[in-house]
Amino acid sequence: MDEYGTSMHKPLMVVIGSLAIALGGVCAGWSAEESGYGVGRLATDEEIRAWNIDVSSTGEGLPSGQGTVKQGAQVFAAKCAMCHGPTGTEGPKDRLVGGQNTLTTPKPIRTIGSYWPYATTLYDYIHRAMPFIAPQSLTPDETYSVIAWLLFQNKIIAEDAVIDAQTLPNIQMPNRNGFIPDPRPDVR
Amino acid sequence: MNEGPKRINRRTFLRDSASVIAFGAAAFALSAAKAEEPKPVDDPMRVPGVLPRPYGARSPFEKQTRLGGAGPGAPHGWGNNAPNNFNSLTPLQDLHGIVTPSALHFERHHNGVPAIDPARHRLLVHGLVDRPMIFTLDDLERVPAVSRLSFIECSGNSWDCWRDEAGDFTIQEMHGLTSTSEWTGVRLSTLLETVGVQRGASWMLAEGSDAAGLDRSVPLTNEVLDEALICYGQNGEALRPEQGYPLRLLLPGFEGNINVKWLRRLKLGTAPFMTRWETAKYTDLLPDGKAYQFSLVMEAKSVITYPSGHQQIHPGFHEIRGLAWSGRGRVTKAEVSVDGGRTWQLARLQEPVMPRCHTRFRLPWKWNGQEVILQSRCTDETGYVQPTRQDLVKVRGTNSTYHYNAIQSWRVERDGRVRNIYA
Repeated sequence: MDEYGTSMHKPLMVVIGSLAIALGGVCAGWSAEESGYGVGRLATDEEIRAWNIDVSSTGEGLPSGQGTVKQGAQVFAAKCAMCHGPTGTEGPKDRLVGGQNTLTTPKPIRTIGSYWPYATTLYDYIHRAMPFIAPQSLTPDETYSVIAWLLFQNKIIAEDAVIDAQTLPNIQMPNRNGFIPDPRPDVR
Repeated sequence: MNEGPKRINRRTFLRDSASVIAFGAAAFALSAAKAEEPKPVDDPMRVPGVLPRPYGARSPFEKQTRLGGAGPGAPHGWGNNAPNNFNSLTPLQDLHGIVTPSALHFERHHNGVPAIDPARHRLLVHGLVDRPMIFTLDDLERVPAVSRLSFIECSGNSWDCWRDEAGDFTIQEMHGLTSTSEWTGVRLSTLLETVGVQRGASWMLAEGSDAAGLDRSVPLTNEVLDEALICYGQNGEALRPEQGYPLRLLLPGFEGNINVKWLRRLKLGTAPFMTRWETAKYTDLLPDGKAYQFSLVMEAKSVITYPSGHQQIHPGFHEIRGLAWSGRGRVTKAEVSVDGGRTWQLARLQEPVMPRCHTRFRLPWKWNGQEVILQSRCTDETGYVQPTRQDLVKVRGTNSTYHYNAIQSWRVERDGRVRNIYA
């Protein structure tokens, strides 16, 4: 039976996998017998590539591709607005736009623009989890585009900005310095 | 193929055992019918009972259920509310002892419960390791295992208590996002030894294979390395689907969200990955606009489960009962006040008291019919004392959403009705 997440690459994987195990045994001086309990097998580069979907705060893991505000408006209207509203402020699900200068008020509005410290988180989250009814269905270009639109709506980038693996990690989010490490116990 | 029984001469068989068959058939028919749907009888001593069944069910008289919930301020319940529910709450008011039945363990998931075939499920461990490796369930079940009891509490538990006005809630509605199970699995440290951790690896991304692909950064502290398990067992059987079947991370004492369910990947790195669930969510907003981040431990907390919100009591003897727990270790003391916090009495702790585990406390009490305010507060082995709501709000304000652990106050009104209040 196929393993989850690897079925697309199976024929190639088998070849690469066998090679990697053989080479790994030679190069690293390691074999299954020496691992202690003798369980598990070496992961192939191909397998790791297929599973390694996260994007770090420094942009590690961002794919090639790019997006613009204009394209993003179309993607958002077609695939996001039904839950987040036409301008990302109406809901019914999480409000995505606005809320700047509300964090110290009795009714703080936590949005991408007012609260999120890293722009890279947008790629990690939208790619893996959105749209809610069809996660992982957006292409890299669509994902970059909708990020561009969201950042523009939050007045963080210009309307003609292009978002890609180089530009996204360099975006300074307004609430970048809004977080402090856990100091608890803080109540005496 | 063995067809022995069918070859017995029919006539001989019938002659020799007619009465036995007749009686047996009747008994079988009766029992079979009852096995499908056990019904209460007038006198259980005069009717044969139900035969053994492959998988047990609770008595039809028992009706306790989880309660569906849709988030802060939203209505609770099933029925029409069900499509909006993204969590379900444990009926703490109905439970005995410390273990939560698996079917009543609270749920919180971010895009439904995935249906995972364990034969196809894999765990990838990679990043800053000598040998990136893939493990099957069989692999993980073969290596030395550990079992322990531990609570898991959603850091959003009790979020309604941040509201300025005390809502007229039950304990289940307010505090039902905490449960205790016995968990079984392999130590994280065993897996990490197998793959070989490289110098500089200080954080680990844990990722689930649900439709949210939930990912959290785990600090690889000594505490985490000592305590963390990769679990496949819950209360003696496989994990429930809602609890991460077939594999979950367990970080005893840490907020529920980081105990990643349906675990498919661990990636070691040098810094936190800053996922949505540790930036946009699960951070504690303070009055000055700053927010605590990676506030992972669940601080000591207790709540009286009986008498509690919406219950009705009568004058006379009652055993005040409650649960206390701390993410930092053992509960060392649970105290109960029956006068709104002016005086405190030591409650009896049910042994064994285990670290990072629900602990049952009890105190005998006679209600004289006058209005009283019942409270409990606990102390853990670090000396931390559960704070009053006033003290908690003084430091954190009321916009934190997460990590509410203040003393709970129940007012018993003259008519015996119990109500949630701030005192």
